[in-house]
Amino acid sequence: MSILVVAEHDNSKLNQVTLHVIAAAKAIGGDVDVLVAGKDCGAVAEAAAKIDGVAKVRCADNDAYGHQLAENMALLISDLGKDYKYVVGAHSTSGKNIMPRAAALLDVAMISDIMSVESEDTFKRPIYAGNAIATVQSSDAIKVLTVRHTAFDAVAAEGGRAAVEAVDASHDAGISEFVNEELVKLDRPELSAARVVVSGGRGMGSGENFKLLDGIADKLGAAMGASRAAVDAGFVPNDMQVGQTGKIVAPELYIAIGISGAIQHLAGMKDSKVIVAINKDEDAPIFQVADYGLVADLFNAVPELEKKLDEVL
Amino acid sequence: MKVLVAVKRVIDYNVKVRVKSDNSDVDLNNVKMALNPFCEIAIEEAVRLKEAGTAEEVIAVSIGPKVCQEQLRTSLALGADRAILVETDDELQPLSIAKLLKAVFDKEEPGLVILGKQSIDADNNQTGQMFAALAGLPQGTGASKVEIAGDKINVTREVDGGLQTVALKAPAVVTTDLRLNEPRYASLPNIMKAKKKQLDVLTPADLGVEVKQTFKTLKVEPPAERQGGIKVETVDELVDKLKNEAKVI
Ligand SMILES: Cc1cc2nc3c(=O)[nH]c(=O)nc-3n(C[C@H](O)[C@H](O)[C@H](O)COP(=O)(O)OP(=O)(O)OC[C@H]3O[C@@H](n4cnc5c(N)ncnc54)[C@H](O)[C@@H]3O)c2cc1C
Ligand SMILES: Nc1ncnc2c1ncn2[C@@H]1O[C@H](COP(=O)(O)O)[C@@H](O)[C@H]1O
Repeated sequence: MSILVVAEHDNSKLNQVTLHVIAAAKAIGGDVDVLVAGKDCGAVAEAAAKIDGVAKVRCADNDAYGHQLAENMALLISDLGKDYKYVVGAHSTSGKNIMPRAAALLDVAMISDIMSVESEDTFKRPIYAGNAIATVQSSDAIKVLTVRHTAFDAVAAEGGRAAVEAVDASHDAGISEFVNEELVKLDRPELSAARVVVSGGRGMGSGENFKLLDGIADKLGAAMGASRAAVDAGFVPNDMQVGQTGKIVAPELYIAIGISGAIQHLAGMKDSKVIVAINKDEDAPIFQVADYGLVADLFNAVPELEKKLDEVL
Repeated sequence: MKVLVAVKRVIDYNVKVRVKSDNSDVDLNNVKMALNPFCEIAIEEAVRLKEAGTAEEVIAVSIGPKVCQEQLRTSLALGADRAILVETDDELQPLSIAKLLKAVFDKEEPGLVILGKQSIDADNNQTGQMFAALAGLPQGTGASKVEIAGDKINVTREVDGGLQTVALKAPAVVTTDLRLNEPRYASLPNIMKAKKKQLDVLTPADLGVEVKQTFKTLKVEPPAERQGGIKVETVDELVDKLKNEAKVI
């Protein structure tokens, strides 16, 4: 039973999310091959070969895949995927973009955002913003899946010695082009991989006020997140949105500041180990999921928290 | 240019669903239903293209049981010119929906097809991409900006690292993200007018598509409940708990 995992990367570095996807693949069982498709992505293929439990790395190094355009990637993946029983990717914006397109070309369904492997054909996945968990059984010969990375512990990045095999392919659909990208420069841990996340909501009042959270985030080595309302208001960029339709996080510690706790927000963070909420409204729904709730004005509580952390850390 | 917009009937986003006690599904009895929020954004974008003179006609299409006519009427009230219901009571999975949309696309030959990025009930985030694959069209998913320049459609996408812009050759597929626009409300006169707009009903058989299911839902359960927590009185107490009780700092 062979599995093809589609690696996520930026041509120079393997994204950690792939280690979680491989963990899900291993939970299914069978040989796990990793596809690294990109341009000048040899270093990524080398890194993938070192991952514990990888049987083979298939490296498709071609201009057509340089920007992970879905039109080209899906042609490649459906081509290679025919020889596998499972094709698995991350439920990231890249995976969501590419994997359904590949599944349709293979004429099979896709099962999105799996959070557990129940058996070789049965998986659990959240629906209705995580307010229900469905157990679904697939009858397709090739199962295309995306994985909720927070539900599977990463495999070790080292310890394997897989062979890297070049894939000679150049699928260029010729219907789309990459124009540019504005990637947010992170001087903090990445949101979906961080041990601690500090998130602000509409209660922050402005983008300027988000700077208040810097001190806490610095001291805790935290990533910064936000609610949809904070993103919509232009306080912070879209890549910070946590929730049903944003990023899913499950850190050891999630601190929600000035966030009411709408179901769409909870969907993205309620699997965090410890949740702290700071909100001036004692009836805010966020308190129903918070392990520690502090009813306070954030403009007093946040500076105080920063000072206190300074003392104890 | 014609714009085709795919719209889905879903539970209202304000409703918290409950799982049925027999674990067969969620309970949708007497629950408020609505247009999927991302589909509302899709309609709005199409209507704005028409208002800007870029699009000539906006066609809303929905696939599902007869009651989906309600959401098509809403789409018409929001500014769509006409609507198509592909009526079926069968269980619909994204690949079949994509095949039905492909058949409608072939019939209507629009220059742009707009879908939501995600339906808020099934949370699939698949249909637009599958449809684009079957129709051989380029796709711009999770769009926060759409610009039409001749036969090129520039789409700015919300991606995990920030924003990415791609140029697509028309006809193309766009799926909407939250920041694309802020949908209008339907005015009463427009709701009245919508009742008279054309709404055609087709069946999958009319379109030559067989509705198939290749996975089945065995069980639907409520998620694991979180243990209720406590309220702390002061920042000092909070930090003490985090350090000595939860041991996370
Ligand atoms: C289709 C769809 C998808 C969505 N997807 C997402 C998603 O992925 N993620 C997401 O987050 N939301 C999402 N939402 C939006 C969601 O429904 C809520 O509107 C949003 O989460 C609210 O953000 P908020 O809590 O920051 O704002 P509000 O609900 O306005 O809450 C602000 C909170 O700040 C508190 N506050 C204000 N001032 C202070 C102060 N000085 N000190 C302390 N507390 C203060 C208030 O008491 C209040 O509780 C989605 C909605 C839809 C329809
Ligand atoms: N039954 C349907 N009828 C019409 N459009 C649909 C239907 N299901 C999904 N769509 C479209 O596909 C988008 C994404 O849905 P999904 O792939 O289920 O998350 C929705 O926002 C709609 O635009």
